[in-house]
Amino acid sequence: MFSPKRRGRTVSLLIVILAYVILQAMIMSGNLSRLLISLLVPVCAYIVAALGLNLNVGFSGELNLGQAGFMSIGAFTSVILAGILNANGITGIPVLILCILAGAAMAAAVGWLISVPVLKLQGDYLAIVTLAFGQIIMSLINNLYCGIDSKGLHFAFVTNTIELAEGGKMLISGPMGATGVSTVSTFTAGFILVVLTLLIVYNLIDSRSGRAITAARDNRIAAESIGISISRTKTLAFVISSCLGGAAGALYALNYSSFVATKFDFNSSILLLVYVVLGGLGNMSGTIISTAVLVVLPEMLRFLQNYRMLIYAVVLIVIMLVSNNEFLKTKAEQLKKKLSANRKKGAAENV
Amino acid sequence: MKYSNSLKTGLAAVMALSLAACGSSGSGDNGGSSSGTDTAAAIKLGASGPITGDAAVYGLAVQHAAEIAIEEVNALGGTQIELKFEDDQADGEKAVSAYNALMDWGMQISLATVTSGSGQAVAPNYEQDNIFGLTPSGSSTAIIYKDTVNNKDPYGVLFQMCFTDPNQGTASADYLAAHTDLGSKIGIIYRSDDNYSTGIYQTFKAEADKKGLTIVDTETFINSDTDYSVQVKKLADAGADIVFLPIYYQPASQILVEADKQGYTPNFFGCDGMDGILTLDNFDIKLAEGLYMLTPFSADAEDEKTVNFVKKYTEKYGEVPNQFAADAYDCVYAIKQAIDHAGITADMATDDITAAMVKEFTSMTFDGITGSSMTWSASGEVSKAPKAVIIENGVYVGVE
Repeated sequence: MFSPKRRGRTVSLLIVILAYVILQAMIMSGNLSRLLISLLVPVCAYIVAALGLNLNVGFSGELNLGQAGFMSIGAFTSVILAGILNANGITGIPVLILCILAGAAMAAAVGWLISVPVLKLQGDYLAIVTLAFGQIIMSLINNLYCGIDSKGLHFAFVTNTIELAEGGKMLISGPMGATGVSTVSTFTAGFILVVLTLLIVYNLIDSRSGRAITAARDNRIAAESIGISISRTKTLAFVISSCLGGAAGALYALNYSSFVATKFDFNSSILLLVYVVLGGLGNMSGTIISTAVLVVLPEMLRFLQNYRMLIYAVVLIVIMLVSNNEFLKTKAEQLKKKLSANRKKGAAENV
Repeated sequence: MKYSNSLKTGLAAVMALSLAACGSSGSGDNGGSSSGTDTAAAIKLGASGPITGDAAVYGLAVQHAAEIAIEEVNALGGTQIELKFEDDQADGEKAVSAYNALMDWGMQISLATVTSGSGQAVAPNYEQDNIFGLTPSGSSTAIIYKDTVNNKDPYGVLFQMCFTDPNQGTASADYLAAHTDLGSKIGIIYRSDDNYSTGIYQTFKAEADKKGLTIVDTETFINSDTDYSVQVKKLADAGADIVFLPIYYQPASQILVEADKQGYTPNFFGCDGMDGILTLDNFDIKLAEGLYMLTPFSADAEDEKTVNFVKKYTEKYGEVPNQFAADAYDCVYAIKQAIDHAGITADMATDDITAAMVKEFTSMTFDGITGSSMTWSASGEVSKAPKAVIIENGVYVGVE
């Protein structure tokens, strides 16, 4: 469990479990403000999406600027499914589980379709295509109307031509977005999803396919020469990444009674990328912490009033500079060496 | 790997610090509020709107005007009101956070949200916690109705000071039907991915068809577009002599610039989202000359209340207040009128306050600067007369 190979996974899981226990204790004892409680589920959703993106960007080495698009697919799929389930009298946790599964499956399916043309491209081109994909998804859903009544689902595009029977309900109303969602997401569900995501991600990394992905990233030609199918390994990472994005979207969607498609725009994709880059490419624990900090930070800066977003930007720049400072890096390395040397010395003396 | 551990430690430290900062700021706020109110406890009025980001003009206008109104109300000595304004960046997710921050503070009555998108995201929270909200400028029907298809099933605790989007579209079409001298061939540019814009467009079209108006061309754009040359060219080619722009002022300003570049000079007609175009940075306001817009407020009105408000606002913030500001100013006075009449005090439970406020608002008549003899329906819609203004020499002038 603590072997060097497994250490990353253990650390990540410990961070998440510890955070969960502390936060739950704070909720129980009434020490957590409503503001922070309301942030727990979105933080979990963003962590899952960012972990998925890290798999793609950090581990597989493909720049993806469309992760919010996959969140969007997961979110709106889950809203439609929740509408159907609610109409059939199913509510609560089963809805959440089914919706997350459906959102993940739909996003994975779309991710697979996209990956066919996309993963023939490399570098900048791939980034451009995923960026365009995110925009297309946003535009499509922005023009989608979906309602449900006793006769089943009704869809319309661009103009709302849906006429619902008595007792019918609009699920998605174009630019007005999803409305009247019954919120079922809970912090515990978010926590479980994060843990599952970590298990999936680390299992993939430690598996044969994971090593193939690393090999394909580090040296494409060498990897091909030993019989690794580049497109297959990249597709695997891309599809799992989009699948996690979809699951995150579903969790997010069922936490808000109303949200719009433009929420999942290019900015959101970039924000997810910022979480990943700040946390460290390929570093899952770092991603978890950076996501939590960057989502919560602007809310914690509310007391600054009008200067809030300005200070947030400054803090972001400072964190980026400090975490990439060569001088500090060397110092940290030296400190670490010293510590381990001391430990060895201590161990030797004990013997 | 080794380095990344130190990064983790650093981030953990930052997180701990930010959490610590939150704790201290929370207690700081409480201290401030108790010292700010001298004898009678002040009623806590919350509000959220964009004071950073793209739509900040609206949020700041509402915040400034509400502060002026509260200062005046508190100076009268009777009912004391304390305002807390939270930033929501016109985003649904942030609006929920802002709402929860306000609830942490102990909000008793609310100005709800400034923008429509935020409003529809938090409306269910208001119903759930049973808090009375009066939005100055959230014009979407989704703020007050759960069923936005048939506009039925209102939340019951949320009221509007401005017109709903459908009403603006209908009123605009009626105005153009009554003033055919502005132009008879109507061209439209609207934003297809925006709730506000499509809402007005749809009812405008329905009413225009009913009134037999001729719409010669309809063009759309989306949020991230920055070039409007194609749309403007098409309208010019179609021979539109009046262009209806049910959009916000930033894209509208670019459309005006583009029309000027192409030498295309129809009459332009907008709704309340056009308000703010005169305060836009780097925009030549000469281009806005002759622009018509439908708004219930014009800063050149000569009644005592408007003159007083415009004077104070201009002195304090160096610009002429727009319609959002006027709506917010009216909101505070409407709330004060209801509080006084119902005898609401700060130590009452929020459920009682909400019940009393709803009862007052559905029965009272209010005279403000955005209209006189305003009344509210039980579903929360306001009833007041729309007015049109034209921009002349850089200021709004009321027209018939």
